[in-house]
Amino acid sequence: MNVRTASLAEFAARSPWLQPHRILLMAVGVALVAAAAIFMRWDWLPNYYGLALQGIWRTVWILVVTCVLGIMLAVPLGLAQAAGPWWLAMPANAFCTVIRGTPLLLQLWLLYYGLGSLFPQFPWIRQSDLWPYLRQAWPYAVLSLTLSFAAYEGEVMRGAFAGVPKGQLEAARAYGMRPFTIFRRIWLPQALHRALPTLAGETVLQLKATPLVATITVIDIYAVASRVRQDTFIVYEPLLLLALIYLVISGIIILLFRKMEARIPVRLG
Amino acid sequence: MNVASAASPSAGQTAAEAIHVENLHKKFGELHVLKGVSLSARDGDVVAIIGGSGSGKSTLLRCINCLENPTSGIIRVNAEEIRLKADSHGNTVPADRRQIERIRSKLGMVFQNFNLWSHMTLIENVIEVPIHVLGVPRAEAITTAEALLARVGLAEKRDVYPAFMSGGQQQRGAIARALAIQPRVMLFDEPTSALDPELVGEVLKVIADLAREGRTMILVTHEMKFAREVATHVVFLRNGIVEEEGPPDQLFGAPKTEALKQFIRTVG
Repeated sequence: MNVRTASLAEFAARSPWLQPHRILLMAVGVALVAAAAIFMRWDWLPNYYGLALQGIWRTVWILVVTCVLGIMLAVPLGLAQAAGPWWLAMPANAFCTVIRGTPLLLQLWLLYYGLGSLFPQFPWIRQSDLWPYLRQAWPYAVLSLTLSFAAYEGEVMRGAFAGVPKGQLEAARAYGMRPFTIFRRIWLPQALHRALPTLAGETVLQLKATPLVATITVIDIYAVASRVRQDTFIVYEPLLLLALIYLVISGIIILLFRKMEARIPVRLG
Repeated sequence: MNVASAASPSAGQTAAEAIHVENLHKKFGELHVLKGVSLSARDGDVVAIIGGSGSGKSTLLRCINCLENPTSGIIRVNAEEIRLKADSHGNTVPADRRQIERIRSKLGMVFQNFNLWSHMTLIENVIEVPIHVLGVPRAEAITTAEALLARVGLAEKRDVYPAFMSGGQQQRGAIARALAIQPRVMLFDEPTSALDPELVGEVLKVIADLAREGRTMILVTHEMKFAREVATHVVFLRNGIVEEEGPPDQLFGAPKTEALKQFIRTVG
């Protein structure tokens, strides 16, 4: 018995979780969750369960699609600014400046209400195969979020490309690598690796930009929370749940980026 | 460490000419760095290029594989002349990118700052060019690379990233990377200048081993003692011209020009 308590105490002393202040904090946390569960109203949850899942799914795929397309645009944008001739660098720079200098909400509305109301006036657009998509809201949401991400990340990639040591590119040239091979094997991987910590933060920012799509009738998870409020006049509970959902998605994004960063160890100093 | 005797069979007239540079000029804007330099290295030669700061020795080396484009002159590698042309700005550039890439893949360059690719482990650095330039199968490239790493004493550093290696280890790794392309000629651009004094020896030893086995090398260096030991031919550059050249014993033992005498006094 004595041995057992001793070993237990020893284990507790070594574990980072079983420290007194941590135990207290965990207890407070559990109490808060319990209080929220007991004293707040969650009876609406079963009715909106399916809709909420759909909303989460829509938020996540909009995030993933716009980030992937955005970074694919950002690479040439950054490259043009870091190493391109002036007639490529100037338009790329102008694009980044304009997009970064105007509110995303404005861009979204200009595209949706502007383009979206311009298109139906042309019969050849209404008769095209694309029309079933162009009359929906989500293509405009994806387009504007993609352009926004591309502009911000274009600037990040410009710095990342310029920051790759010239000597490493010179070494590649010195062994007879072709320009495209140098870009694919040396320049781009190093630039991306340098940009990863920034990209992680930018992706979280992009997640938090997605609720704007609710203003053009795309039903993401934020729109679902608003819907609950309108239907039931319950305000706090859906918003609290919404905050939790965004926190969890942010956590997953950061975790994924950490994994990617850890693939190449970095020595500081 | 008497390497000179082992490296002596330079075979002089019978060996083929690996590098031939003739009347090379290089201008950076107004600055005339090379003013008509000629240089020749036959198979098995170890040519050391010495000279003060700003004498143009690094520029000369970097012109051989067109990392710097010469302003005028003739460069032949393995008897193949590098075709040059004037671009729209009036600069001289290689006329045929494919040709210069093919020639570069025969020249193993080693840089002052190592320039190992920092996003790759050591072995990945060594197999990169064989796989992606020369088209060697991956398994074969790895076998060759492991043998080379063992030779430069870095077998156990195989999966380490360059940032976690000392300068001497990085430079030895860079030498292995250059050897992996099975170069006709090795080009060394001040390979020990960026190293801490206690790490210079390990790199020089690897280079001396290469000289001993009869590899053709062109070596820009500040290590006069080393140049005297391993070189078969020494070129003294001053203000962009070859001030004096010849066998190391003659150059270091009985320098003819006042400039070389003074240079040896200050450096040696």
